[in-house]
Amino acid sequence: MLNWGKDMNKSELIDILAQELKMPMRETNSIIKTIVSAMTEALVHGENIEIRGFGSFMVKEYESYCGRNPKTGEKIEVPPKKLPFFKVGKELKERVNL
Amino acid sequence: MTLTKADLVQKVYEEHDFTKYQASEAVETFLRISKLCLENGNDLLISGFGKFNVKKKRARRGRNPQTGKELMLEPRRVVTFKPSGILRNKINGG
Repeated sequence: MLNWGKDMNKSELIDILAQELKMPMRETNSIIKTIVSAMTEALVHGENIEIRGFGSFMVKEYESYCGRNPKTGEKIEVPPKKLPFFKVGKELKERVNL
Repeated sequence: MTLTKADLVQKVYEEHDFTKYQASEAVETFLRISKLCLENGNDLLISGFGKFNVKKKRARRGRNPQTGKELMLEPRRVVTFKPSGILRNKINGG
C-alpha cells in the first residue's frame, strides 16, 4: 500500500482495505457503502461533515439567477441549487505538500 | 449537526457484526488509505460520491495582502473535490 503509484478508484480502495483489515472484500465493500451513505445522508440533510486530519464538507445554497447558454446566448433561468464543498484538513494539506 | 468520525464508527458498528474496536479500526484504516493515496499525489475516485484530485500549482508571484509586499509563492500541491453527479442530484432532492 505504501507504494501505491496511481490514481485509486472505489474497487481498488475496497481491495486494499480488505488486505489491511484481513477481511473478505464483500465485507469491506459493505463497510465503504456504510461510510459513503452516512456521508451522503448527512449532506442531503444539510449537515456538515468534519473528519479531523482529513477535511470537512459543507453544503452551500445558491439562489436562482439569470444565466445564459454560452453557446446560443439564450437567456435561461438557473433554478436555486445546493452544492457540496470540501475543505482539506490541516494535516492532509501539509502532508500532500511534502 | 455535524457528522464526525465518531458517528461513522457508530454507523459501521451498528450495521456490521463488529466490536466497537473493529468498527473504529475499519474507519481509521479507510481514512489512512485515502490520505496515503492523496499524499502520494494520486487522485481518489469514489464513484457515487466524488473525486478527490491532487492539483499541482506552479510557483507564482504573490503579494502579502497586509503589507502589499511582493513575494514568490513556491510550487505546491492542493487537494480539490469534485462531487459526482449522483451526489449533486441527491443533495438537490433528486
